[in-house]
Amino acid sequence: MKCGVVVFPGSNCDHDCFHILKHVFKLDTEWIWHKGDVDLSRFDLIVLPGGYSYGDYLRAGAIAQFSSVMKEVVRFANSGRMVLGICNGFQVLVESGLLPGALIQNHTQKFVCKTVSIRVESVSTPFSCECVEKPVLEIPIAHHQGSYFIDSDGLDQLVDNQQIVFRYSGPGGEVTDQYNPNGSVDNIAGIVNKNKNVMGLMPHPERCADPAWPNLDGQLIFKSIIYSLQDGVSL
Amino acid sequence: MNNSNSLTITPDIVRQHGLTLEEFNRIEDLLGRELNFTELGIFSVMWSEHCSYKSSRYYLKKLPTTGPRVLQGPGENAGVVDIGDGVAAVFKIESHNHPSFIEPRQGAATGVGGILRDIFTMGARPIALMNSLRFGASDHSRTRFLVNGVIDGISNYGNCTGVPTVGGEIYFDPCYNGNILVNVFCLGLIQSDKIFLGNASGVGNPVIYFGSKTGRDGIHGASMASSEFDESSEEKRPTVQVGDPFAEKLLIEACLELMKEDWVVGIQDMGAAGLTCSTFEMAGRAGTGIDLELSKVPMREVGMTPYETLLSESQERMLVVVSKGMEQNALALFDKWDLDAAVVGEVTDTPMVRIFDNGNPVVNLPVELVVDGALDLKRPTKKPEYLKEVDHVNLGFIPEPERGEEILKKLLSSPNIASKHWVYEQYDHMVRLNTLGLPGSDAAVLRVKGSQKALALSVDCNSRYCYLDPFQGAQIAVAECVRNIACSGGDPIGLTNCLNFGNPENPEIMWQFEQAVSGMGEACKFFDIPVVSGNVSLYNETSGEAIYPTPTVAVVGLLEDRSFHTTQWFKEDGDLVALIGLTMEEFGGSEYLKIMCDRVEGKPPHLDLRLAQSVNKLCLELIREKILASAHDCSEGGLAVALAESCMSHPLAAKGATLDIDSTVRNDAFLFGESQSRILISFSAKNRLVVEAKAKAMEVPFAIIGKVGGDSLIVDINGKEFIREEVSHLKELWFGALETYVG
Repeated sequence: MKCGVVVFPGSNCDHDCFHILKHVFKLDTEWIWHKGDVDLSRFDLIVLPGGYSYGDYLRAGAIAQFSSVMKEVVRFANSGRMVLGICNGFQVLVESGLLPGALIQNHTQKFVCKTVSIRVESVSTPFSCECVEKPVLEIPIAHHQGSYFIDSDGLDQLVDNQQIVFRYSGPGGEVTDQYNPNGSVDNIAGIVNKNKNVMGLMPHPERCADPAWPNLDGQLIFKSIIYSLQDGVSL
Repeated sequence: MNNSNSLTITPDIVRQHGLTLEEFNRIEDLLGRELNFTELGIFSVMWSEHCSYKSSRYYLKKLPTTGPRVLQGPGENAGVVDIGDGVAAVFKIESHNHPSFIEPRQGAATGVGGILRDIFTMGARPIALMNSLRFGASDHSRTRFLVNGVIDGISNYGNCTGVPTVGGEIYFDPCYNGNILVNVFCLGLIQSDKIFLGNASGVGNPVIYFGSKTGRDGIHGASMASSEFDESSEEKRPTVQVGDPFAEKLLIEACLELMKEDWVVGIQDMGAAGLTCSTFEMAGRAGTGIDLELSKVPMREVGMTPYETLLSESQERMLVVVSKGMEQNALALFDKWDLDAAVVGEVTDTPMVRIFDNGNPVVNLPVELVVDGALDLKRPTKKPEYLKEVDHVNLGFIPEPERGEEILKKLLSSPNIASKHWVYEQYDHMVRLNTLGLPGSDAAVLRVKGSQKALALSVDCNSRYCYLDPFQGAQIAVAECVRNIACSGGDPIGLTNCLNFGNPENPEIMWQFEQAVSGMGEACKFFDIPVVSGNVSLYNETSGEAIYPTPTVAVVGLLEDRSFHTTQWFKEDGDLVALIGLTMEEFGGSEYLKIMCDRVEGKPPHLDLRLAQSVNKLCLELIREKILASAHDCSEGGLAVALAESCMSHPLAAKGATLDIDSTVRNDAFLFGESQSRILISFSAKNRLVVEAKAKAMEVPFAIIGKVGGDSLIVDINGKEFIREEVSHLKELWFGALETYVG
């Protein structure tokens, strides 16, 4: 399988994603520059990393949706191939219309960086199928506009289609306001599209996937993807 | 302001430019002609205290700056220290005090931007930021505004550039009510044979400007930083620059890509004094000259005069000299990163900087006179009068307490001691996947990718100690950093300092400066740590009220193996708790004295450098033999606070501990006094004999004082209970206090 990590001007978790894919999982991984001629045909997985694409002085991800690379990423996603958006990548996916809803300022009005717990809401996606044994993950967040918003009809659809993959929770899986770090609707931390080939999440799995640290919960997300792609699990 | 070159220069105008008439006359005498107005502006910034170090240079020579690891000492954009295997650490700390007081968000943000540029300008990838912040009293009317502005500025800028903020310190004291301190540290990694310097060598080589456009912001920022504040300081807001962290991020990536090329000759950022400073300094270092054409400079506004263009401190701008013929390659690279860029000049063989505006000469000055011409001032010094009044602690003010719980709770709730998580959670402290320990530890520890090594970083200064005895206070700052690094498992390899003081024209301030630099120099020599970079910030006073002398130091330590990394919190029930070091009856300058009696007096705690070193050595040996479960430095709030922190700071599960202490000093002195050179450790009971034997063999004062376990912190002294409190309750106070005060 071949992975591509998109580099927008202002991406700053691109090196971290690249490091985990290439050096920890030993996957064939390439950078993808945001402008010029973009050809994604050789990739199986595209990762949109965290950061501040184009500075994000407007709404986070609002400019990135118009980039050359995103036109191709939309085409890539619509052809059924896998796209993972982390943090700013999630914001870009939402702004591009590949995922429903919006990401707005945290209810605290402040940037927040810390490790939180998320409950795995669905293991029937190619991004979470390896989480069967671990119903709650410990995983870092780092964002200022990470409050997921969607209207009640949209939320009903997400629930009905089992599109909610992760919810912020306590260490025992308690999904309550107390454990909602940013004011997200229904504690939503990560979702997939209807087709389940595109996932966006605010937490950073690449920050807990290197064996230099004791916490390796983020590996489960990468392992799910690898398992799904290598074993050709149908989406 | 009329700033055309036709303006006649009067003594008033000279003074407004921060130059004395003696300095002005000296310039004209040496030049042999009259200065024009633009040239006056150039001397105004280049001879300012901020750029010329004219008050401090004489004393700074006392600091040790060399050593086998030093690849670059002071004088360049940052210092460079070899860490082996072809890799070097590049680091520096710098102040942004004055702008941050006037406009905290942008002041602090551009402070981060400036220090980042100092690091990547050398060719290094910045991997860590830290900051040392000083605010006024937590109940002062401006403090909340300033704290939130500064933290927001650092958070916004650092987070966007993708460089983690991994540690730091924050203190509150009324002496900073009118002058906050924002000192920012950055460290980068570089290939040790690929260090870039700010040299404009090679006659005929093109000089290229790249980065953000030039506007009218920040004109005379360096001069502002070279005078004290008064009631009108708010009016100086226009001199504060506005930061664009996105542009900085592009600059980082573009520069690191550029520096892979072998045709890059020299490079420097435009910081204080903007285009002027980088042009003159780059020519100065290479012994060349530069011809500059201002009409080529990318401008954000129309109608800017040469004076304004040259003195603008617009942020995120760089100057690079490349080999002749490679201009198009350089411009193509900048275009890839969507950065403005233009060839603005050329290196010449006469040591003059000649500046033209559409071909018309506007400046023609000898490089050396501008860069090195300011005379070193050996300003008079005088031991301050106030020292007579604060010389000793009157123990009559401190009745010996019956029990210690209430004092401990007050200390843990003091904003100086309380957990700083409310601050560091606003900083991305994890990006780039190197941060091995969370902020809030004794030292920040970062792995060095591609090796087993790690770096430990600590920044420290107790300015109350420095106020009471600047010599001893500065020594303690160095010793504490070294101890912090030892607790984390590392050896010190280099130091950078940020010397924050009041008005140097006051002999009492100059005495503080002289004493502090001497103390720092002695401590550095004793520990064999080279000072490789630094910054001096004077005139930190408002309406005649100076800050406490605050010689902040940041020490970089090396762990040959990152598995030595040790944390401060207790790990296992049943582990033994021990104290390395001596406890004496010392209250001077302590947080205890301040919190309980509102007094800042006495002598700072005694520092015996030999004892400090043997304590560190024992701790490090135990760490390297993998015997220690935890190690924590005793500092503000003394042993009691260190104990509480070791109980509370485990990220998942707090631990209790029961202590049984034999003491010959007052209970409050033992627990809340701030005797130096003490490390609180814990280890498995099965290692008791090994540890005791080692301490004895090394002749280091050592005592087992209790063990880990339970839900409470219980301290008995000489068989009598003095403290018994649930750890969860202590943690609640410690965890929430800072946000309550200033959130």
